[in-house]
Amino acid sequence: MKIIINGQPLEVEAKRLDQAMTELGFAEQRVATALNGEFVPQRDWPKTALSAGDALEVLAPMQGG
Amino acid sequence: MVSFYGTEITSRLLLGTALYPSPQVLADAVKASETQIVTVSLRREGGPEGAGQSFWQLIKGLGVKVLPNTAGCHTVKEAVTTANMAREVFETNWIKLELIAQNDSLCPDVVALVEAARILSDEGFNVFPYCTEDLSVAERLLRAGCEVLMPWGAPIGTGLGLNNLYGLEAMCAHFDDVPLIIDAGIGVPSHAARAMEMGFDAVLLNTAVAKAGDPVVMAQAFAKALEAGRMGYEAEPMLPNQMAAPSTPVLGKAVF
Repeated sequence: MKIIINGQPLEVEAKRLDQAMTELGFAEQRVATALNGEFVPQRDWPKTALSAGDALEVLAPMQGG
Repeated sequence: MVSFYGTEITSRLLLGTALYPSPQVLADAVKASETQIVTVSLRREGGPEGAGQSFWQLIKGLGVKVLPNTAGCHTVKEAVTTANMAREVFETNWIKLELIAQNDSLCPDVVALVEAARILSDEGFNVFPYCTEDLSVAERLLRAGCEVLMPWGAPIGTGLGLNNLYGLEAMCAHFDDVPLIIDAGIGVPSHAARAMEMGFDAVLLNTAVAKAGDPVVMAQAFAKALEAGRMGYEAEPMLPNQMAAPSTPVLGKAVF
């Protein structure tokens, strides 16, 4: 199915968020996620189902003031 | 020594990590500043080998405490979501809460700020609110659960210093038992020294060091200015007079 990851449409085979994070190579990275604007803690990734058109934000540490 | 949410800090400088010419200069400036707290942020990660991972390794290696921010957030929902994501990524309850009203002034939206501060405090966050010098807003932030206040000196990135001396002095007088940090607007070390002499507990700055010709030397300069300013405050400055008063004794002066 096609989902939007960090603003970019992408085709994924995953049905759940934990599978998507593995598929995208983020599983071992220091990142946090929000799905359709709602924060999803890492412990909830396995029980979070994905639907076509979902908007996923994957954020990582960045310089800041 | 100053304490933020139970953490005692010896350095009175909180340093931002953005805008440095290179990661090495950032690391050198952090060391030269002797800061124990650096601010960080969250942005979209580009991929498994994204820039965020190497930046995180760099910060971890510095051995300092991190204060994540909600920079760029304009709504309560954006700020609360960002704070939750930051807590997971950086493994800290500390959050520098920025809620911006306008992009040209980067002025805090103080109404939304109080609401977000209440939500986050209730969720166990230790909120460092980027606010103005308005005393009534500050009161509301404390009632919302904040134990630290961070009024701006001047708008972010301007380097204009302490724009409203009367308002900031009033804040120091009114909240003498609350840790107060000047956040934003500091341009040169004398601004930081002035904030210390007024009784502020610490200063948070970024651009003044990162955009200096020599960020590492400027970081050292700020460390010295903060130390001097704090010593001046603790030594209890003289009261200013409107009229001149001779320092050399008049008694015994020759009469010609």
